[in-house]
Amino acid sequence: MAWNSFLQPSRNLRKLGLLGMNQRNGDYVLRYNPRKFYPLVDDKLRTKKLAQSVGIAVPELYAVIEAEYQIAKLPALLEAYDDFVVKPAHGSGGEGILIIKGRRNGCFRKLNGTLLSCAEVGYHISNILSGMYSLGGQPDVALIEYRVDFDPVFDQVSYQGVPDIRTIVFRGIPVMSMLRLPTRQSDGKANLHQGAIGVGIDLVNGLTTCGVWHEDLIEAHPDSGYSINGLAIPGWENIMQLSAGCRELVSLGYIGVDIVLDSRLGPLMLEINARPGLSIQLANKKGLLPRLQAVEKIKTIPASLVERVVLAKQIYRQC
Amino acid sequence: MINLKNLHVKLLALILIVLSATITFYKVTELKLPLMPVEEADLWTVEAKVTYKASPGPSKVTLLLPKQVPGFILLDENFVSGRYGLTLEDNDLNRIGQWAVRRSKGEQTLYYRMQLIPGEKEKFKDKTPTYPQPVEYPEIMRTAVTVLLEEVRSKSADIKTFAHELLIRLNEPNADDNIKLLRTEATTPRAWVQREISILQGANIPSRQVNLLVLTDGARHSKLVPWLQVHNGQRWLAFNPKTAESGFPANAIIWYYGDAPLLSVIGGKSEKVDFSVYKQSQGMAALTQQRAGKINPKIMGFSLFNLPVQTQNVYRILVMVPLGALLIVVLRNIVGLKTFGTFMPILIGMAFRETELLWGLFLFSVLIALGLMIRFYLEYLRLLLVPRLAAVLIIVIILMTLLSLLTHKLGIDRGLSIALFPMVIIAMTIERMSLVWEEHGPSEALQQCAGSLLVASFSFLIMTNALLEHLMFVFPELLFMLLACTMLLGRYTGYRLSELWRFRSVILKG
Repeated sequence: MAWNSFLQPSRNLRKLGLLGMNQRNGDYVLRYNPRKFYPLVDDKLRTKKLAQSVGIAVPELYAVIEAEYQIAKLPALLEAYDDFVVKPAHGSGGEGILIIKGRRNGCFRKLNGTLLSCAEVGYHISNILSGMYSLGGQPDVALIEYRVDFDPVFDQVSYQGVPDIRTIVFRGIPVMSMLRLPTRQSDGKANLHQGAIGVGIDLVNGLTTCGVWHEDLIEAHPDSGYSINGLAIPGWENIMQLSAGCRELVSLGYIGVDIVLDSRLGPLMLEINARPGLSIQLANKKGLLPRLQAVEKIKTIPASLVERVVLAKQIYRQC
Repeated sequence: MINLKNLHVKLLALILIVLSATITFYKVTELKLPLMPVEEADLWTVEAKVTYKASPGPSKVTLLLPKQVPGFILLDENFVSGRYGLTLEDNDLNRIGQWAVRRSKGEQTLYYRMQLIPGEKEKFKDKTPTYPQPVEYPEIMRTAVTVLLEEVRSKSADIKTFAHELLIRLNEPNADDNIKLLRTEATTPRAWVQREISILQGANIPSRQVNLLVLTDGARHSKLVPWLQVHNGQRWLAFNPKTAESGFPANAIIWYYGDAPLLSVIGGKSEKVDFSVYKQSQGMAALTQQRAGKINPKIMGFSLFNLPVQTQNVYRILVMVPLGALLIVVLRNIVGLKTFGTFMPILIGMAFRETELLWGLFLFSVLIALGLMIRFYLEYLRLLLVPRLAAVLIIVIILMTLLSLLTHKLGIDRGLSIALFPMVIIAMTIERMSLVWEEHGPSEALQQCAGSLLVASFSFLIMTNALLEHLMFVFPELLFMLLACTMLLGRYTGYRLSELWRFRSVILKG
């Protein structure tokens, strides 16, 4: 035992190329994400409009609620929709998202079957407006949008919510992806720290590899028991190209792109994160660092999305 | 680019560290500011009061003054002399203060005052005397001296033992006739010391008279005591001229060297000097700052001790806050602890200053627990965010009031200090905690609460450490050092300790 053997765990992490929080912030987020472009991703309304303007598919926006008085008109606003999602424009970490799937007896039905009155939905929106879910408690606006009718391919491995695909895109090249599967515990949400499962994805063929739940490695969905390994994600090339294209959309170098698969509309871009989490490394059992460094070595990134995806697959094979 | 930025930060930090270390080093070595907190020190004030009756016309008063006071540090001195002109002169070992006035009449009073604190023995440049010329003693004494010196010489080994033996014989109560003869006409202490000096001169031993002032608290009308010093070839040895004891009495200072009169007045009569001495205990830090200010007024012009005492007390706390901030940086970015709010734990830690740690933790937990319960009830009322926050704030203040009243009724005065808790911070903590509780479950909320309290306790312990408080207040330039440390930590991109745990499944696999 050397005197500095207590450093061993840290050295192991380094050897595996795991990216730590400090390094993510210091070497990637602070360096590649200019502050002035943050509002583009922090405000989901702006991201959505921006994406629509360049033809990137996003869930359709039904309504924006900006002021308390609009809540009174909620029943009229929502009349045409049975299914919808309410989310804060400045939310973070999937907080404040309310998913409504159908109506019953004049009430809205949450994903888990709980019934909410219109007033309760109104209270939720009011909380969003007062800034309860926004960073720093700033007043916010609430978005009401199309509820993704997710592709049945994940039916057996997700509990009620919308599974999504998170891809880290560095300088326009996808470097790591994971499939996020909601569980009973995550209340239909796809955020890992809320109890969703993260499943690593082989970038070359779009097959899932292995999963992590609460930072433990798992092979089957805890609610359904179905295996989560070896699932083929439909339209993988498309998803990769869609993710890669988001770099130009928001001018940020290091982003996490969230994409959902709609059964009718195909891949839709949900949101972009300027400070994507680190758990994706656990889901893939791989560190981000070697891939990030490989991308850093590339002098000029090709403009063509197809070429970028080819590059991404090369890098994936190497590390 | 990244390396350049790192280099930039490192260089800047290096400059700040060198700057702060240099100033601190200078203040410690040159200005003698203490590195350790010293509570109190004795401050001696010695006052020499000169009085005489002036004859009409000009008069001139000469008073011998100490030049240096070995074992003490002279903090301050001043002369209170009214219309008199004052000149100070230096001779080898003494200073001579001269007051002069063109016209004076009647009773005159002049003061000289100095302030001393015990300090290191400063190097005193004493001169090595030349060997004295043999003296011609009066006829009757000559034989007595020769006999005495012969006897003493045979019973001594060196100058020290010689002088000691000689003084013992000269002061023996049952003295023989020879000694009695030598004692004639030496009735005053000063004359007796002079007699001893002249006898030592007969043995070719240089010696001199020094005049001591014994520092006794509350002494008034003190007089100087003549003492004997004998040179052994290397240094001066002190002896009590009456008992032959070696050394000086405790707390004595040498006022002047030699046998010249302490005070002489031209143009006046019945002159006398009265010494009065008193001792005060003073904050050492303030005293040493005062002393340092005498050495280098430019640097010490920036000392926090120059501020009014009330402001000083505020800054005593303020300069500790950066330490707490550094602690937060370490605990959050290197350890990876989760807390409510970034600097909230520091504010809680500062509130603990008044309540003490355990009481602080207890009161804080009670307050948060009660507040949280009421907050859950408010959730049910569906209040909008800002009114809800205001309601929580009001409830926190009501709870604080009730707790204070209750503990006062129970006779626990500690409970009263709850009033010093930062209530806005507590209200925000309750609000955040209830959100975390709702969204991530009670275990996450309790974890973050425990983390915050842990950090608050750490920051309390650091911010109330007496040594650190002393260092930060006396050497505020250490703030640059703290700034440099936080900047270096700001470029730390290594793993957090918590990440070793978070990624443990990968580590184990690897």
